[in-house]
Amino acid sequence: MIRKDAPLLLEVRDLTAKIEERRILTGINLSVRAGEVHAIMGPNGSGKSTFAKVLAGHPAYQVSGGEVLFEGKNLLDVTPEDRARAGVFLGFQYPIEIPGVTNGSFLRLAYNTVQGARGAEELDPLEFDDFAREKMKLLEMDPAFLERSVNAGFSGGEKKRNEILQMALLAPKLAILDETDSGLDIDALRVVANGVNKLHTQDIGLVLVTHYQRLLNYIEPDYVHVMEGGRIIKTGDKSLAVQLEERGYDWVAAEFKAKAAA
Amino acid sequence: MRVESHTDYLESLLQGREVVADFGGAWMRALRMRAVERANELTVPTLRDEEWRFTDLSPLYKLSFAPAASTGVVEQSQLDALDIPEASTRLVFVDGHYSAELSRVACVDGVSVGNLADLSGANEAIVEPHLAKLATFDKDAFAAVNTAFLRDGAVIHVGRDRLVSTPIHLLFVATRADSANYPRVLVIAESGSQCLVVEDYVATVAGAYLTDAVSEFFVADNASISHVKLQREAQAAFHMATTAVKVSSGGRYATWTVAIGGRISRSNLSITQAGEGTDFSVDGLAVIGGRQLADMHSSIDHAHAYGRSRQVHKTVVGGGAHAVFNGKILVRKGAQQTDSGQQSRNLLISGKARVDTKPQLEIFADDVKCAHGATVGQLEAEELFYLKSRGLSETAARNLLTYAFAAQIIERIPVKSIVEKLEKTILEQTQTKEPA
Repeated sequence: MIRKDAPLLLEVRDLTAKIEERRILTGINLSVRAGEVHAIMGPNGSGKSTFAKVLAGHPAYQVSGGEVLFEGKNLLDVTPEDRARAGVFLGFQYPIEIPGVTNGSFLRLAYNTVQGARGAEELDPLEFDDFAREKMKLLEMDPAFLERSVNAGFSGGEKKRNEILQMALLAPKLAILDETDSGLDIDALRVVANGVNKLHTQDIGLVLVTHYQRLLNYIEPDYVHVMEGGRIIKTGDKSLAVQLEERGYDWVAAEFKAKAAA
Repeated sequence: MRVESHTDYLESLLQGREVVADFGGAWMRALRMRAVERANELTVPTLRDEEWRFTDLSPLYKLSFAPAASTGVVEQSQLDALDIPEASTRLVFVDGHYSAELSRVACVDGVSVGNLADLSGANEAIVEPHLAKLATFDKDAFAAVNTAFLRDGAVIHVGRDRLVSTPIHLLFVATRADSANYPRVLVIAESGSQCLVVEDYVATVAGAYLTDAVSEFFVADNASISHVKLQREAQAAFHMATTAVKVSSGGRYATWTVAIGGRISRSNLSITQAGEGTDFSVDGLAVIGGRQLADMHSSIDHAHAYGRSRQVHKTVVGGGAHAVFNGKILVRKGAQQTDSGQQSRNLLISGKARVDTKPQLEIFADDVKCAHGATVGQLEAEELFYLKSRGLSETAARNLLTYAFAAQIIERIPVKSIVEKLEKTILEQTQTKEPA
């Protein structure tokens, strides 16, 4: 939902980033207020996943210019863990498997670490188990997933549910979901999207990075941004996503080029 | 006392043999004498030996060790902490001596478990054709010295088609610095039988001592032995171990070896296929730090067709520690349809840690499947980032991933109380403190 007086969560100004001297982000500008849903779309290689990772502090990417403010404070010199503790969440496109560690103990460790950093109450294993089971209902997840190793042997859909479960537990202010819809069948997509919708309040900003429009049938965006060549070349409302679905991305790039030439 | 040169080292170990010289039947005395003779002809291994080129035993050769004349005292509380509640049978050896008081033996029909030195005539007849037949000592100095001191040891005989449902715990406790211990294990599983043996080396003393152990496992047709070996020796101890296994047609041998203790530990594990259609599962884990060295030399001999083997050896190496893995897999001519897999996975958690790993495949049959791989590395940046993005500090993320790496082996051990205890130990050993 768009509210002009909602607090500004994220401000990205002229952000550029590279990996091993290759420029991937070439000047991104984006503002996200609490409550808003932003969809970032674009063809493969347009830089949208890189943008998501840079916001979370991925060490492989080097920020070469511009700035990122989170709640008015510089985010770029903050470690990934401190970003998470401050309320930035990245839902991974490819969640990491950690055989040997149960999901339950991992989730509790993450939860208590973040709670501790926020000066909030930590939970013992029994309390946490109840708490996590409650959140798992949102995602129609079997409590048996607490006993299994983190993401190990999970199907694509199970991994994505587990990502959103982490979002539910860590209660971020800004959630960036990177290709959360990839690898999901239609039922899993509905469950995951419903979960995200239930977690999304007017205090939370959502950034959805996605290649296809279908996720946006379930989670309605306030803004749709199209990325190409490492920057946002067009911004519209949800009808833009429908247009992209029908016409592809080429026309946007052509329009952008024509404008730039004029 | 300092030993002057390597060549005298075996001689120095062989001193003090009076304690065992008169023990046992004629065949055992003869066996012991052959071992003494052989030990006198052999020399101790040095870095110049191919099989020892990464494992420098010179710290051992600077020290002298002699068998403890009597049994040391183990407090009940210490024993309780080492107990495996699932095990209805437990044999305890203290400083090499069998302790009947500390042991408990559950009577199971068709199964005999006891001390080698206390064998009845009937059991001696069962043992004689097996003892020292697998762990031969003609080339192995440490096996020769062990056999020269043959006296107390664990003997397990599981009769035809007998199933021992609970683990048999063999607990070897060292209580004295400067002592030399010569543990011996013999397990005979007759056809169609099953048992689970836990060979467990611990210490109540912090100083240096020597464990020179030899274990032999005979798996008859369609029998199955599960074997957990826990090397939890004192940090200053030396642990030299020979484990020899022979598996007949349709037999199964599964082992989980965990090395945590010891200044220098060396495990020679050899598994031989003595019939078709056998199944070997070989999991190993070493978690070491400081100046520790842990060396696993394994040899899997597929001598017949339709053999399957799966080996995973993992090491977590911190401080200035050094892990060695040499994994030989031999597929002989005629061992068609062998299906063999070996993985050596090594995690270095400090800049000074060192790993030498050498998979060694020798294949002489043409219709076989053999896969192997070795990795030496540090934690993956992508994995660390995932955990940090969930709020975990760099240190907490590293600790969790290191623990997970080791826990993957631990959790496969089929005795729950051991899994829980080891998980705790591994958690403590692999954890780095948060920087202030």
